[in-house]
Amino acid sequence: MLRVLVVEDSVSVRAFVRNALEAEESDLGEIEVVEAASGFDALRLLPRGPYDLVITDVNMPHINGLELVQFIRGSDQHRDTPVLLISTSSSERDRERGLALGANAYLPKPFSPESLRAEAARHLAAGARRTA
Amino acid sequence: MIEITDKTRDEFFSEAQEIIETLSRNLLSIDAMEKQGRTDPSLVNEAFRAVHTLKGLAGLFGATRIGSISHTLEDLLDDVRLGRQPLTVAVLDVLFVAVEAYHRLLAAEKSSTDEPIPVLDELLTRLAAIGGAVPSRPTQQDEYDLDPGMLAVLTEYEEHRLRSNIEQGLNLYRLRVAFDLNTIDKALEEIKDRAKLHGEIITYLPTGDVGGGDTIDLDLMMASSEDLAVLVGALGADNIVIEAVPRRRRPTVRPMGVPAVAVVIEQSEPAPAAGGGLSVRREDEVPVPVVEHHEASLRSVTQTVRVDIRKLDHLMNIVGELAIVRSALSRLAERLRAEGQRQFGSELMRMHRSFDRRLAELQDGILEVRMVPLGQVFDRLARVVRQISRDAGKEIRLVITGAETEIDKLIVEELSDPLMHMIRNAIDHGIEKSDVRASVGKPTAGTIALNAFQKGNHVMIEIEDDGAGIDEAVLLTKAVAMGKVGTAEASDLSRDELLALIFLPGLSTRDAASDLSGRGVGMDVVKTNIGKLGGVIDVQSERGIGTKLTITLPITLAIVSALIVDVAGRTYAIPLATVSEAIRLDESGVRVVDGREVMTLRGSTLPLCRLHRLLRLDVPPGWRRQFVVVAAVGNRRLGLVVDDLFGQQDIVIKPLGRSLREVRGFSGATELGDQRVGLVIDAAALIDELLTGFETRERSGGRRWVTS
Repeated sequence: MLRVLVVEDSVSVRAFVRNALEAEESDLGEIEVVEAASGFDALRLLPRGPYDLVITDVNMPHINGLELVQFIRGSDQHRDTPVLLISTSSSERDRERGLALGANAYLPKPFSPESLRAEAARHLAAGARRTA
Repeated sequence: MIEITDKTRDEFFSEAQEIIETLSRNLLSIDAMEKQGRTDPSLVNEAFRAVHTLKGLAGLFGATRIGSISHTLEDLLDDVRLGRQPLTVAVLDVLFVAVEAYHRLLAAEKSSTDEPIPVLDELLTRLAAIGGAVPSRPTQQDEYDLDPGMLAVLTEYEEHRLRSNIEQGLNLYRLRVAFDLNTIDKALEEIKDRAKLHGEIITYLPTGDVGGGDTIDLDLMMASSEDLAVLVGALGADNIVIEAVPRRRRPTVRPMGVPAVAVVIEQSEPAPAAGGGLSVRREDEVPVPVVEHHEASLRSVTQTVRVDIRKLDHLMNIVGELAIVRSALSRLAERLRAEGQRQFGSELMRMHRSFDRRLAELQDGILEVRMVPLGQVFDRLARVVRQISRDAGKEIRLVITGAETEIDKLIVEELSDPLMHMIRNAIDHGIEKSDVRASVGKPTAGTIALNAFQKGNHVMIEIEDDGAGIDEAVLLTKAVAMGKVGTAEASDLSRDELLALIFLPGLSTRDAASDLSGRGVGMDVVKTNIGKLGGVIDVQSERGIGTKLTITLPITLAIVSALIVDVAGRTYAIPLATVSEAIRLDESGVRVVDGREVMTLRGSTLPLCRLHRLLRLDVPPGWRRQFVVVAAVGNRRLGLVVDDLFGQQDIVIKPLGRSLREVRGFSGATELGDQRVGLVIDAAALIDELLTGFETRERSGGRRWVTS
């Protein structure tokens, strides 16, 4: 069972991501999706890890996705957890900063469930190799 | 193919609707502020975020028309929030038209129609009329030594706000705030609200690892026109460290090897405590070489100190002693005046009044420092409730109100166990199983309400459940079986008295075998512990409806409510926590048992202690009406016979000096406001001293009692 933490302040985007990951046609296998509605929720939920993948929005109030990436990379527990940034603004600046801070990928919205699954699969596999 | 379920689609509609409504309210606030010539950048940013989120949602859920106008509006609002486009009335008009268009578009989307929407054309025309944005000015942020880690995670907007604040010549501050992760959202809102009055918070950055702990440090970067000392005064708290971010006036020549953006955070001088110049030296006023700069940074000066609460107790004791000096001063002034030294007397009286005011301020100040919100203990309870309810297999809704109510730090520390006991009891014994609840028409989830509020000098905490209520018949049967209540008096007990039986030691409303908790939680222990805090606990219960326990606590341990009494013309104070009632003494009902006077109170024997005899005070001749103050500690009671009752008063207990410390029966002295000093009777010690001998039918003897 894989655990994925989805950090996103929009409830319907969270539902969309959950739907995509848990869909029947998904070949990701059994997945437990843990939802965080804010950066703070994420900070609360992270210690209850480990997670196999963190998917986070970039633009959120208070703690933004970039700050979260920096926090995750600086924490002993989650240093190696793959992080996938999702963002509405296909901002080159945000993408560069996110990747420089250690995010594994940047997926601009809108994206299809298929592309989200493909991106998730890539990093889940990489993570599994690392822990093996 | 895209597989979006109807449920997620509904989710989209309701969220989009919500965002549009929030946007609309937001625009109204911006409009209202604009009319007063003010702007709040955070409101504009929120509007941007709303449109930005809508665009994202529309893209994911295939609402193309909403997506395309959101895209255009996002660009416009982005220019506004980044200062490239002034917020004109024309811009606001466009945004209001946009809200209208959004409503129409969402309705069309819901019914899956593509019909043309006239307001959309109007929107596009107006948008075109606004014109292009002006280019933004170059950055000046290298004027500050900013932490590169912080800069790297700024979003474009945050970076803009930083730039804009620096350009306006505002000072930058770093607030390191320690938050409890469970309450961070609320706590942060509070800080934001306060900070708003003094400047703008630019970014929040988590520091360090949460790693299992429940606290997290956040760095808040804030811009403000105010001095450090002012900010510390306005925002300071024991979980907040405020530091000025040093500014360098000109690009400094850096020695080799020092990175271009130096990480320098410490600089602040301690703010003068009070009076005098409040100016805080800034680096720009005294240019110092970079090397010294770093040396200075080793001298970390924070604006808060952690203080052992015993030190505050010590200060409070000194206040108590000063109160007694104050009384002496006033007596002296009276005497001088009476002896004809009018001028001296009046002068001394004036000094006394000023001393009196300052002393009251000092006392309030010390008390205030001890106060912490009850939320600290409530949050812990909320976590445990989840656990217990799972263990008990019951669904529980915990509703907390008044978490912001403040109370003495020492009381908060001691409250968590008693509250835990009561909540555990409510879950184990009060709330019924969900099938039982359903069968009597209650919601399957039980509710436990935890309410706190301040009432005068007291804090009330209510623990209320909507469970089965207490079966007083079961209580009585047990109390009789245990010999705590005689069969004869059993029928005389009122319902309140019956309910109060739950505070008897060893009494449980369930048989041990079926006791879910099995922890032998006794309400007697709870009552004793609350009593130690100077508090009292009451129980109300209605069969089938629920139980409510009400705890009344003093706001601080440094002040207690006391009953002021007269014994042979002298004034004494008896803390109310140990007083259960006061009644008129009926001499004809007094009997002597084993050499001790007793009377009968509602069927049980109450030993009496005539305080004037104990204190060896001369009683003036003549008949006097007397009262019995019933002191109760646990289930031991003692009737203290006094000459008069003066009523209730909040007092500060000052410990007795070394010479009187050996004397049992008094817990201290107190100043009674009207220039009188009284001794505080330690009822618990008296009961211990007098009843232990009485109950074991032995004479204690040989103990020295105070005589004056």
